[in-house]
Amino acid sequence: MAVTAVRETAGFLHSQAAKARLALVLLACGLGVAFLLSVGIGAVAISPLQVFSIFLDRLGLDWLSAHETMQETVLLAIRLPRACLAVLVGAALAVAGATLQGLFRNPLADPGLIGVSTGAALGAAGVIVLGGSLSLGLSAGLLDLLLPLAAFAGGLCTTLLVYRIASREGRTEVATMLLAGIALNAMAAAAIGLLIFISDDQALRDLNFWLLGSLGGVTWDRLLIAAPLMLAPAMALPLLARPLNGLLLGETEALHLGFDIERVKRVAILLTALAVGASVALTGVIGFIGLVVPHLVRLTLGPDHRLLLPASALLGATLLLLADLLARTLVLPAELPIGILTSCVGGPFFLWLLLRRRGLGLW
Amino acid sequence: MRHTKTWMLALLISGGIAVPAAAQEAQRVISVGGSITEIVYELGAGDRLVAVDTTSSYPPQADDLPDVGYMRQLSAEPILALEPDLLLLVEDAGPPATIEQLRAAGVAIVTLPDQPTLDGVRQKVRQVAAALDLVEDGEGLVTGIEAAQQDVAAKLADLPDRPSVLFLLSVGTGAPLAAGRETSAAGIIEMAGGRNALADFSGFRPLSPEAAAATRAEVVLVTERTLERFGGRDALLARPELAASPAATTGRLVAMDGLLLLGFGPRTPQAVAELAEALHPEIGEVR
Repeated sequence: MAVTAVRETAGFLHSQAAKARLALVLLACGLGVAFLLSVGIGAVAISPLQVFSIFLDRLGLDWLSAHETMQETVLLAIRLPRACLAVLVGAALAVAGATLQGLFRNPLADPGLIGVSTGAALGAAGVIVLGGSLSLGLSAGLLDLLLPLAAFAGGLCTTLLVYRIASREGRTEVATMLLAGIALNAMAAAAIGLLIFISDDQALRDLNFWLLGSLGGVTWDRLLIAAPLMLAPAMALPLLARPLNGLLLGETEALHLGFDIERVKRVAILLTALAVGASVALTGVIGFIGLVVPHLVRLTLGPDHRLLLPASALLGATLLLLADLLARTLVLPAELPIGILTSCVGGPFFLWLLLRRRGLGLW
Repeated sequence: MRHTKTWMLALLISGGIAVPAAAQEAQRVISVGGSITEIVYELGAGDRLVAVDTTSSYPPQADDLPDVGYMRQLSAEPILALEPDLLLLVEDAGPPATIEQLRAAGVAIVTLPDQPTLDGVRQKVRQVAAALDLVEDGEGLVTGIEAAQQDVAAKLADLPDRPSVLFLLSVGTGAPLAAGRETSAAGIIEMAGGRNALADFSGFRPLSPEAAAATRAEVVLVTERTLERFGGRDALLARPELAASPAATTGRLVAMDGLLLLGFGPRTPQAVAELAEALHPEIGEVR
């Protein structure tokens, strides 16, 4: 019964293969365009020709058009790492969201569900609030490094705890994991609340900004440390596409299809925790990308994970690039926290999509 | 601005005289921190400012300048785009990563200390003046501030009582934060002949109703924005934290402009005088 269903699905999907390839190519082109826009637009005026000549200059070739050192600094030391970070974080969050939605067979799953975001936020809040009192022995630079480390550790620990709670005798109950995630999220949120209560006004402001997320202030060295942690899971998660497709039918059916479901769960949880933990550690909490992007892809391209996972990665990267472009150009010479933008734009857009799809015809 | 650059470039290319940058005083200054901006204007260098931050609300013409955002949440590229040749940063400005990027891009940065004492004001003025090549004007301003402060201090020398003052600050939602030791609020309260009601912790902390009642504060001091946020005098004094305090029964609530009161800039003597008049109505005019 289930097997025929899978066969039929497979047949149907096979006829879709060309469409899927086209979609991925289009998405990749979109990402390329967004990346170029992101590198080319900003407070400092740098013409496309100058961008090109700065890169050529780096490669030891003669430059085509004159540019100033300041423009070169802005492009290579500020804009480029920032655009790369947006790509990595957007892809990591979206793939993690898509994976978890598949694993939990729950359309409302987002990376925060397994506790990784709140755990990371707790780690960061701890450093922001208590770091001030510890800072007597710490330089500002070290404190600056401690924050992402604490966030990463906090996110990973919370997720592992969620996983441990839900595992018994080598089996992991997905439903239990969901509930454990909710419980630990609540506990971490309470701990953050406590930290907020004992924090002074400066720490409170810093914490607020951190919780809204920002891609600013990223340097190459920090990006290169975190990049593998985001890139590797984002590349590896699409390998889970087949078992996740099997899970669409249910756990028992997926087992019958020959997938080692327990292993899939372990790998999926670990990879998403790594990817999201590293993202949150570098940028703070950026909402909505992990929840909305997989849905956007599903609504337009269907539920096949072989297409859903890579397409989510591409679209997540593109959307976060564009969101960051807005964040750093809308209120010049200041900057908006990006979390505000993703939620502001993501929320209503998502609603519109839902209503349109359900044919409620509210407007 | 653009024209100047093109012109300079043309001058350089046409084999003109290259002027060493170090010998020139900074002409495109960005000031971050309300009291720093005030000092720049007091030194008569307001026309050299190209941008300020959100906390720079005085003098009024500072409002007409581009705003680079909240002082702890600066962004590097927009600041570089303004092509500053000097960045004056108050101690707390950040985040560190952004400051690091700006430094790496070769912007001259001067970080200024922010001690909530008269000595702190002196230091700030002298260092801003030095950064702007206005050392003599700086000394003149310091002398003026000292003289004004001595006038006020002389009138407050032998006050019979020092009322207990509770300073409250609203940040966002929830309970107001109260000022403990080693805060700008405690500093200005002491200078104006009051006692800071909370001495058992340092910095700003949220205040529980019981702790507030235990302080027996005779006067409640707030910034005007805080008063606005809590919905006016009556609403604030009716809050559970304050309802039991002597201040609520006598209705002694003082609201002052936040930057004037806590900035520790050139207007500090004026802030001390205003606050002293409110705390000690018996001595009449101080200014």
